[in-house]
Amino acid sequence: MATNGLTAANQEGKGQDREETRAPERFLRPAVNITEEESGLLLAAELPGANKQTIDIRVEKGILTINAPVSREMPGRPIYSEFGWAPYYRQFQMPDVIDQSSVKAEFKNGVLTLRLPKAEAAKPRRIEVSVAR
Amino acid sequence: MTSWGIFNELDNLRREMDEAFRGAGVARPLATTFLSPTSTRRFPLLNMSEDEGHLYLDALLPGIEPEHLQLSLLHQTVTVSGERDPLAETSGLLHRSELGFGKFSRSVDLPTEIDPDRTSADYQDGVLRITMPKSERAKPRKIEIQIA
Repeated sequence: MATNGLTAANQEGKGQDREETRAPERFLRPAVNITEEESGLLLAAELPGANKQTIDIRVEKGILTINAPVSREMPGRPIYSEFGWAPYYRQFQMPDVIDQSSVKAEFKNGVLTLRLPKAEAAKPRRIEVSVAR
Repeated sequence: MTSWGIFNELDNLRREMDEAFRGAGVARPLATTFLSPTSTRRFPLLNMSEDEGHLYLDALLPGIEPEHLQLSLLHQTVTVSGERDPLAETSGLLHRSELGFGKFSRSVDLPTEIDPDRTSADYQDGVLRITMPKSERAKPRKIEIQIA
């Protein structure tokens, strides 16, 4: 338990480190857009060539991991090449206000959209002030 | 044919230079982002391959509605063009903006003649695959040698 806690503390603010330890394997960091709205965060990531069935999204100790293997190949003999296929991998620190159990994912035309709703307690709320007369 | 050779050679050289310095920094670089405003590359990125009877072209086109994608063929030049719409929900506060949007068009010269009537294109998971059968004239032919 103690060791577990220590590791978690070490990882704080060092999302990059975890990523770097995986370096021997070749992977691509997908580009993302992250938008915040009142209801939550919206994350859009470009994963061209990934497959809906094999995309792996997990939330562990407040870290969101997107891992998508790519199993595409070109037939025949390559004659000209500008990009290579590699699995996509990227991690994000999740703010505490996100309700981790109700994250929704959608994959369309090579773009992954994640909806990360804020927990009820973290949403802005309007409080009526009743003035006692 | 000359243009095919020299410009692609230059392109290859630049890419190899980029590749050589990849991973040298502290953070890993991003995958080349489609329509990235910070990149000088031409979009979409293309890969080409061939076998005996066909020429294949793959283009990275994430996030395009298939109806906004146009493909045209003139002699030995393929043109891929279209437009990527910005994400619908951009009203909120933008924390991170790495994606690119807007119009694009790219033409590429093919190394051999193809049969435009039997050419097919298929868009799946953000990748466009164009399959072009080589024209009969471009296929290798065996010539019998007569012994006098």
